[in-house]
Amino acid sequence: MTPWLTILGIVPLVGAVAVGATPRRSPLLAKQIALVTSLVVLLLTLAMCVDFEPKGDRFQFVQKHDWISSFGVQYAVGADGIALVLIALVAVLVPVVILASWYDADPEAESSAGTDGPPVPERKRSVKTFFALLLVLETMMIGVFAATDVFLFYVFFEAMLIPMYFLIGSYGGPKRSYAAVKFLLYSLFGGLLMLAAVIGLYVASARQGLGTFEFDKLTQMEFSHSTQVLLFLGFFIAFAIKAPLFPFHTWLPDAGAEAPIGGAVLLVGVLDKVGTFGFLRYCLPLFPWAARELAPLVITLCVIGILYGALLAMGQKDLKRLVSYTSVAHFGFIGLGCFAFTTQAQTGAVLYMVNHGLSTGALFLVVGFLVVRGRSRLVGDYSGIGQVAPVLSGVFLVAGLSSLALPGLSTFVSEFLVLVGTYQRYQVAAILATVGIIFAALYILLMYQRTMQGTLSAAHEKMRDLRLREVLAVGPLLALMIVFGFYPKPLTDIITPAVTHTMEDLGVQDPAPSQLNTATTEKR
Amino acid sequence: MPTDIQAPEILYGPLSPMLIVFAAACIGVLVEALAPAARRRGIQVVLAVGGLLAALVAIIVQRGARTLTAGDAIAVDGPTLFIQGVLVVLGVLSILLLAERGLDGSGGAVVARASTTPGSREDMRLADSDAMQSEVFPLAMFSLGGMMLFPASNNLLLMFVALETLSFPLYLMAGLARRRRLLSQEAAVKYFLLGAFASAFFIYGVALLYGYAGSVDAGKIFDATGDVGSNDVLLYLGLAMLAVGLLFKIGAVPFQAWTPDVYQGSPTPVTALMAACTKIAAFGAVLRVFYVAVGRDQWDWRPMMWAIAILTMVVGAILAVTQTDVKRMLAYSSVAHTGFILIGVIAVSKAGLSGTLFYLATYGFTTMAAFAIVTLVRDSSGEATHLAQWTGLGRRSPLVAGVFAFLLFAFAGIPLTSGFMAKFAVFQAGTAGGAGVLVVVGVVASAVTAFFYARVVVLMFFNEPAADGPTVAIPSALTATTIALGLAVTIVLGVYPQPMLDLADQAALFIR
Repeated sequence: MTPWLTILGIVPLVGAVAVGATPRRSPLLAKQIALVTSLVVLLLTLAMCVDFEPKGDRFQFVQKHDWISSFGVQYAVGADGIALVLIALVAVLVPVVILASWYDADPEAESSAGTDGPPVPERKRSVKTFFALLLVLETMMIGVFAATDVFLFYVFFEAMLIPMYFLIGSYGGPKRSYAAVKFLLYSLFGGLLMLAAVIGLYVASARQGLGTFEFDKLTQMEFSHSTQVLLFLGFFIAFAIKAPLFPFHTWLPDAGAEAPIGGAVLLVGVLDKVGTFGFLRYCLPLFPWAARELAPLVITLCVIGILYGALLAMGQKDLKRLVSYTSVAHFGFIGLGCFAFTTQAQTGAVLYMVNHGLSTGALFLVVGFLVVRGRSRLVGDYSGIGQVAPVLSGVFLVAGLSSLALPGLSTFVSEFLVLVGTYQRYQVAAILATVGIIFAALYILLMYQRTMQGTLSAAHEKMRDLRLREVLAVGPLLALMIVFGFYPKPLTDIITPAVTHTMEDLGVQDPAPSQLNTATTEKR
Repeated sequence: MPTDIQAPEILYGPLSPMLIVFAAACIGVLVEALAPAARRRGIQVVLAVGGLLAALVAIIVQRGARTLTAGDAIAVDGPTLFIQGVLVVLGVLSILLLAERGLDGSGGAVVARASTTPGSREDMRLADSDAMQSEVFPLAMFSLGGMMLFPASNNLLLMFVALETLSFPLYLMAGLARRRRLLSQEAAVKYFLLGAFASAFFIYGVALLYGYAGSVDAGKIFDATGDVGSNDVLLYLGLAMLAVGLLFKIGAVPFQAWTPDVYQGSPTPVTALMAACTKIAAFGAVLRVFYVAVGRDQWDWRPMMWAIAILTMVVGAILAVTQTDVKRMLAYSSVAHTGFILIGVIAVSKAGLSGTLFYLATYGFTTMAAFAIVTLVRDSSGEATHLAQWTGLGRRSPLVAGVFAFLLFAFAGIPLTSGFMAKFAVFQAGTAGGAGVLVVVGVVASAVTAFFYARVVVLMFFNEPAADGPTVAIPSALTATTIALGLAVTIVLGVYPQPMLDLADQAALFIR
């Protein structure tokens, strides 16, 4: 058996070292190495997906080696369907981000390459560091999804913060250091609570005679109810901050707005998914009793998040903050799907994670392209851009429509599954969440209308349309959105068995169709 | 009165590491007296490093020793040897830092004549001369010898002697800074006065414990705690006073007040020696007292130590946030770390003991490297320790700033650094030992500490350098070795800590 996951983890790291070793004078070489590395990872990931047997074992490509035997820690990796699609998402997004951020770290290079306007005096920033950080981040993102040892997961979960911290802090917008520190501290605080829970988990398992961090063995154990609640909360708060669920979301708009556009795509597209992934992988199977008891609370938070995020998104003047708030709403949907405890809803949630990565990624990229051209993040500074940049405007529209879940685009499928699945158990929540969809149409279409339509201002008359590089970056995302919008089966085939396992660990069955109407009052 | 006092049997083999270090220190004194001034420094460095390396060899030879000797006054067992081994290696690194003279003109961190009036013309002249007080090397060796004896003392009186042996040279060395003499002298006086006060508490505690157990042997006190009907008041009072002396040395709250001033005023290599080695040695003594002498009495002393640990973590972390000087910030961070290590002590288990030992080793190396980096960042008036001066350092010298950032992340306990593994070890032992609440306080305090470590990283990397900012001196091989070794240990133990954990596990058994 090919150790795919380890290879996938190592390749970006090697690439990062190679990028770091390039001479400072040739930033182009660093970029090329980074791009090639990420494409190699993408190819390897595709090969791995082909090798994956949807009907086979729950975890595939499993590797286990002792790492720190004193702590009972193993280097254990393996991928189930959920992890697989998320790793694939990482592999798709990283080359896209590299291509899209080609000139982000050295704007001089772009202006000397003869684009818009006079060069802006910018701080000198290390180009190779930027791309090396992206590749290091890729390793950690793959690792966090691939880990099947709770300790190993934690290591990646925390270590991942550092490259993102530097990406935001060194390459971000005007308030970058504030945003970077806020991001780091929120995440670290959650992470440290989780550390206490991770240790508690080990100690609790040791009291049952077998101190272990192995996911497989931990799911077999039954912990006392009070232990479950404490440990669940330790994990849940960390993941809720990461995801971010209301009321732990306040760091995201800052971080999302100040991060360089590539960093923002990976932050919202992938890093935040670790939170929702953590719900499904750790919170539910390890602490089923606590998860079942606390689900109504979580569902409430999710619904608040959907509505509140959407309302705040409508009120934003800053494009990047706006997109960040839309994500708060979307993560409400994902959380809803995770905690509604139906196969449909959970499948929808996982699908949503992938689709949200694609659609919000694309939306962030377009906004980034626009901001680079107009040198402003404010909605009010743009008007009628569609007249000078039709391609940009078109891509903007498609990405926006995908974000508001238009049928025919992939997000629709996932949102629909989540809502139908939720309705079977929590009708009120599902109905309220549906209102969020209407809000989504409002904030997206208003943003589009204000920036792309209307009269063109004189300042933007010379704005260039998307360049080939930018089209190449955002194009694959649009293509995937449309393909999965019409034919999500390849994804659902992979996801559904994994979700079934999660539901089994959770000890919950789908409500029978005849019970549909009484499902909310049903006590288990 | 019987006159047949028997000379206790002395096993020279297990004692050899300490004997070698003390011998090297004594020879160092002779070198001061006899060797020509121009060559003293070179001889002293070779002698000190050679002595410490010889002691390291002796420790490795004695690695299996588990014995009481010198009339049960000295215990050479796993924890002793582990701590001595770490101390000796860190001692070499701090000697290298002391020997560095490429940074500050040609003089090094230590002044030529400490008795000169600060601010006088003579003082100014000495600050720029290339002479130095080379007594600092034998002083450091005596101090290190005392530190090695401290955790080995199985007899409280001997422990007091070791405490004074390690402290007196430190009091002197604190006053030897080449620049900012007044601050340095203030540090020395403060350290001396408070230290003397703490020592007085210690010896009073020993006296009360003697009244309780009729002996100052750790083993005898342990036996006495098993007797019913003995006078527990004496035990509690004695233990409390003994603890004051020990907690002062490890810098636990409320006995931490000296740390920031002394860390800031002392010559930075001496600060490194204090922060890394003294803490390790003092924790060794804490472990010996609480695990051996009153190990049976843990239900009585644990509540007190709980309170101390919580206070130490919280106060250290919060006060560190307000600091504007790198050395003071590191001082308060060391206070917070004392609290984390105390969690391992409070666990009272084999895992707690090995976790504490592991933490001490990792912390020592990271601290040593961090202070070594502090010596590099300079402006015209010496080290630039004000945090504002570190602004934009990451753009001027990415390598130095990058290494420092890594060390700070290790202090903060980010995974893939030794600091994380160490925290994990003590937190796991603490949770298993029923101190789950302490662990939760510990993780919250860790989050607070992360705030000020992150703030330094922000300053260094995310801000533009000031026009007249400090320069980063190019270190000679001496300082570079220290930084490289400290960094290497921090990385290696963060990725593959198992061998070191095994070592700590094997060492984690006291003899009585």
